[in-house]
Amino acid sequence: MTDRILTVRMEAHPQDSHTLATYEATGGYRALRTALSSMTPDDVKAQVKASNIRGRGGAGFPTGVKWGFLPEDLRPRYLVVNGDESEPGTFKDRILLERDPHQLVEGIIISSYGLDVHHAFVYIRGEYPKPARRVQQAIDEAYAAGYLGSDILGSGFSLDITVHLGGGAYICGEETALLNSLEGRRGEPRIKPPFPAVAGLYAKPTIVNNVETISNVPWIVANGGAAYAAIGPERSAGTRMFSLSGHVNRPGDYEIVMGMTWRELIYGIGGGIPGDRALKTWIPGGASAPWFVPDEHLDTPVTIDDVGANGSMLGSGAVIVMDETTDVVAAAHRIVKFFAHESCGQCTPCREGTTWLERILWRILNGAGRPSDLDLLLDVCDNISPGLRWPPAMTTICPLGPSAVSPITSIMRHFRDEVEAKIRTSEGASVG
Amino acid sequence: MTNPIADWSHANQERAQQLMARYPDVRSAVMPLLYIASLEHGHVTDEGMRQVAELIGLTPAQVHSVASFYTMYKRDGVGRYLVSVCTSISCFLRGADDVLAAVEEATGTVDGETSDDGMFSVEHVECIGACGGAPALQVNYEFVEGVTPDKAVALCRWLADGRPDVVRSDEMQALFGGRASFDPGPADPEGAIAPVPAFGPYGSAASGPQRAGR
Repeated sequence: MTDRILTVRMEAHPQDSHTLATYEATGGYRALRTALSSMTPDDVKAQVKASNIRGRGGAGFPTGVKWGFLPEDLRPRYLVVNGDESEPGTFKDRILLERDPHQLVEGIIISSYGLDVHHAFVYIRGEYPKPARRVQQAIDEAYAAGYLGSDILGSGFSLDITVHLGGGAYICGEETALLNSLEGRRGEPRIKPPFPAVAGLYAKPTIVNNVETISNVPWIVANGGAAYAAIGPERSAGTRMFSLSGHVNRPGDYEIVMGMTWRELIYGIGGGIPGDRALKTWIPGGASAPWFVPDEHLDTPVTIDDVGANGSMLGSGAVIVMDETTDVVAAAHRIVKFFAHESCGQCTPCREGTTWLERILWRILNGAGRPSDLDLLLDVCDNISPGLRWPPAMTTICPLGPSAVSPITSIMRHFRDEVEAKIRTSEGASVG
Repeated sequence: MTNPIADWSHANQERAQQLMARYPDVRSAVMPLLYIASLEHGHVTDEGMRQVAELIGLTPAQVHSVASFYTMYKRDGVGRYLVSVCTSISCFLRGADDVLAAVEEATGTVDGETSDDGMFSVEHVECIGACGGAPALQVNYEFVEGVTPDKAVALCRWLADGRPDVVRSDEMQALFGGRASFDPGPADPEGAIAPVPAFGPYGSAASGPQRAGR
């Protein structure tokens, strides 16, 4: 059984996995040749749909279904690869961009053939110049080798790829904000519908897929969608990149088959907690995700659906581990501060709410908390995401605002005594 | 019609024309053009935004609205070396606040400011995608991972004493870094010549246009 797809080459060829020579020597661009010579575009789409791959950017939407939303008769269409990886704790697209850029480029070419796209874009966050350089080098090599440009490999199919660097804005990972940014505008999310598949880049039908998602396409086409679907649990098919960070002995990027338990991921793959300290809590899917705790979740399977059923999400695959020494109020404050900084400002509940949540947590942290702050925090949260349910209800155009609610509901649910203790200390300080 | 970027270097004028031709709609070139304008003028100046606006048929206000949305367009000036210390959650858990304090001390520059001699700008930044090598920082957007307060101080002294024209992630990582998020593979000869991401089409040491005299 295949247990790794995306990281095989970079591990076997650490010095040159990013070059065309190594890529071709290890089977690269064979899937493209197969697709162009013996598959129709509909065959490509059918294989991706059969693979059951779900988007690796965070939302987990089935890629084949997304591709099916393109209107039949509108041209041009665009493919935009989302490499604006910015969710705190996430660094898995960076390794794919840097260490195996041809895998992505081949995935883009095959996907574009399937989607009848002739101009694709790779939007890479501005803070990733080296990954962007590597992708551009791969694209240049692919042009020189006849894999890009006009009449690719004599097939009659033509494609250009443009790399576009962001300017420093988390929100551009939201696909409609990304499209605005790519159009040369402020990265503000658009009201949906229309969805990008109908009216995306330059108001044309557009598919936006994550770097990891598209990097899987060569393998899917080479081995068949059914083979991919057979890897891992039924509704969490394929391998998955996880970024492990925080208080673990072996932080890093890991490609794993979903379905193992959190205990196996944190203590097995992650090597446990430094100094054998106790695990206090962890975030299973990036800063936007509600936190898990050992008593309830260590034996929960690492699948999209199991994590969702337990009130959180696998999101971008970023696992942030916190040990017993962690001040959870300080940690929650740091995450809320992120969302306050990254709010684009369009929607009042998010712009004002995240700012106030950050300020209230700051004063609790700094000895000026008030007894009423506990209810106030939850009240502000409720105004951003009514009912404090999971998945979150929204009063905003995009999910950024509701994401800022996750750390607060998490500490209130699991560590309320610690929050209250800080406020009691504050009272003592102000009286004394 | 006069050329709005006549004072840009020849190489950068060519880059600008190539960039504008890459997109179905020329407005899409505004962000890369702002990076080139930064290279020309040291940061994103009012004049640079006016030039970019004229070049692609926008108003200066429209270009300003874009430049002001993103953190990497420095409109208030920026030092020769922009030191960006990540203080988001994963780096925070691994001691990022102490690294930031050490950088402030070593450069004599507080978070958000530029030193009087123009050598350093210091900023705390949100997650830069180096969480496996936390705490991490960037110098002119080139990564250094697994830093400590002491190593960060040594890095700042090395920059101040040597005043390198090009900063490269590999070199700084070898001298001042620790555990990285992943094996970086072979050395990468390119590096940053200014506080602008070192990406060929916008400007980098190996293949990009040179910064105008500064």
